[in-house]
Amino acid sequence: MNNPNRKLIKIATAGSVDDGKSTLIGRLLYDTNSLTTDKIEAIEKSSKQRGYDYLDFSLATDGLVAEREQGITIDVAHIYFNTDKTNFIVADTPGHVEYTRNMVTGASTSQVAIILIDARKGVIEQTYRHFFIANLLRISHVVVAINKMDLVGYEEEVFLKIKGDFNELVAKSDFHEDQLTFIPVSALKGENIARKSEEMPWYIGNTLLQHLEVLEPADLIESAVARFPIQYVTRPKTEAFHDFRGFSGKLYGNSLKVGDQVTVLPSGNETTIKSIHFFDQEYLEAAAGSSITITLADEVDLSRGDMLVKSGTAPRSEKLLSATVCQVNSKALKVGDKYILQHGVNRVLARVDQIESRVHTDFSGAEVVEQLKLNDIGKVHFRLSKAIHADSYKSNKSNGSFILIDEGSFDTVGVGFIE
Amino acid sequence: MHNLLTPNPKEAESIHILREVAAQFERPVLLFSGGKDSITLVRLAQKAFFPAKIPFPLLHVDTGHNFPETIAFRDKLVAELGLELIVRNVQDSIDQGKVREERGRYSSRNSLQTTTLLDTIEEFKFDACIGGARRDEEKARAKERVFSVRDDFGQWDEKNQRPELFDMLNGKIHIGQNVRVFPISNWTELDVWEYIRTENIEIPSIYFAHLREVFVRDGMIWTANEHVFREAHEEVTERMVRFRTVGDMTCTAAVLSEAVSLDEVVGEIRDSTISERGARIDDKRSEAAMETRKKVGYF
Repeated sequence: MNNPNRKLIKIATAGSVDDGKSTLIGRLLYDTNSLTTDKIEAIEKSSKQRGYDYLDFSLATDGLVAEREQGITIDVAHIYFNTDKTNFIVADTPGHVEYTRNMVTGASTSQVAIILIDARKGVIEQTYRHFFIANLLRISHVVVAINKMDLVGYEEEVFLKIKGDFNELVAKSDFHEDQLTFIPVSALKGENIARKSEEMPWYIGNTLLQHLEVLEPADLIESAVARFPIQYVTRPKTEAFHDFRGFSGKLYGNSLKVGDQVTVLPSGNETTIKSIHFFDQEYLEAAAGSSITITLADEVDLSRGDMLVKSGTAPRSEKLLSATVCQVNSKALKVGDKYILQHGVNRVLARVDQIESRVHTDFSGAEVVEQLKLNDIGKVHFRLSKAIHADSYKSNKSNGSFILIDEGSFDTVGVGFIE
Repeated sequence: MHNLLTPNPKEAESIHILREVAAQFERPVLLFSGGKDSITLVRLAQKAFFPAKIPFPLLHVDTGHNFPETIAFRDKLVAELGLELIVRNVQDSIDQGKVREERGRYSSRNSLQTTTLLDTIEEFKFDACIGGARRDEEKARAKERVFSVRDDFGQWDEKNQRPELFDMLNGKIHIGQNVRVFPISNWTELDVWEYIRTENIEIPSIYFAHLREVFVRDGMIWTANEHVFREAHEEVTERMVRFRTVGDMTCTAAVLSEAVSLDEVVGEIRDSTISERGARIDDKRSEAAMETRKKVGYF
């Protein structure tokens, strides 16, 4: 299955509490025949019990009892559907102001973000915040779905006004015009979701589903420099593989080939790639994203947390680190705090030297603060117990990000994007 | 020797997760039910560690009501791959008075497995239990983490889960805690079947159409034998059926099928309109059934 028939597109969704996000996802599932008979039956039953005269597709995704009782989504849920050509994974993240952490979490594994706007309300503070996070995480493509068009008479002016307001935000971001698409929809009625809307003949673009299908993962995955963090040293110690010493891990950024000259970090030793293994087969080259095992021409000292890179392309090795941090735990981050910093599969200790500022997620600037609380995003300077081999998040997502682990609870309390 | 390896992203992710388990934990174990998902996990683990052996044992919590075909398959697989297998029996937990057999029309040992599992984790001090659950199976599972921390009582606190960012996995735990690991979280039922077909992985015979003595109740097809409670009026007939999931006989319903090859099974799955868990009788008990069971430590 090394050449899967269907491409894989990962999507994060963001919207405010009543924007109809769960309905949109439920509608996508329904229109792609991904809801099975028993699930539709369950939705019909629940909708009827609540006295609705329509099918409440939001019930397809709202998973937990507590959420069903409150009627809002409170965590990241993963939803799967496919068309003939494409496999989709949707990270459904809530849009409520308190839940920045969930959208950051969902967006971290996604290439595409759908930002939902209620056509009656237009661009609101929440929209700013959702787009800010998409921008911070360098999401490759954003779809702005302007929903509930049925409630504004399917008027083109409403759509154009919202698009104009949104583009004012885009001007403040790192996004290019071609990374954004605006689609007027009604999730409840299914307009421009899978079916082209007859109510909005003025809209000539693709439906949401058509648009998601024409996206190419290759265009959505960043092309960067190859990074191979060592996850595990494979030593079979069997007769057939007596001297086999393989370095196993996931390859990021770009491909590696047999014969490539590589530098071992942190030692700085140089050697060449002798072989690339995937299960019981050998390959001349592995593309980015492969989980492989590599053997080297020379005996070098390498263990978990070390890294192989092509010679001449080594990242920075530093003990002083500046990063934008999003606090994802109710325990605040303060100057002097010590954390376990996990960068890929490598762990070091980190001390907070300085909190430079807390940035406003509505693009209105930054302020000086004493601490970063849950859902705050700010610039932080760390001092590390040992140098890490990191790129900036801008140049290499996987090698430019880290998580902060609390030394006492071992909870994941923060995520960092390296400057 | 091949030229270029282009990854299957879901497979590459699962291998990454399995290697993180081997690297981050001292005593991992793979929970093996003999079903297609745990068989897929075994293949992924082979791939993750080849040419070395899988560096953790398999654990089967046997309800005593498993399909004999599944048990035979399990023993053959373990022998062929030279794996270490640990078997613990729900019957022992019953005999020790720790759990009580359910009675009546829908009686099943499925929920009793939890006690046996927790006791076995305690016995071997396992710190990571790898399972084949998928997020697409059921609504409550959609929010499950890849590394899901459980407390001393095996309980799942859905409001206090660690966020999982990028593919960085945090397996730091305190003594007494353990982690449930779900390497194929992001696979769908169709992904699993297509993988089994592409990789040509052997699976138990009950996944293919066969003649079986069954009876119909509540629109579902039940196996007729001594382990499954049956009313006198519930008539037994012989039908051509196969199973979509392989659990305890008392909670796994069959579907009518003529599919005798993997191609035919994959074709049926693709066209099917009944979800996999629709054939799990235990989930039908209430809308929140799965979530309630998970909170008390069910896998």
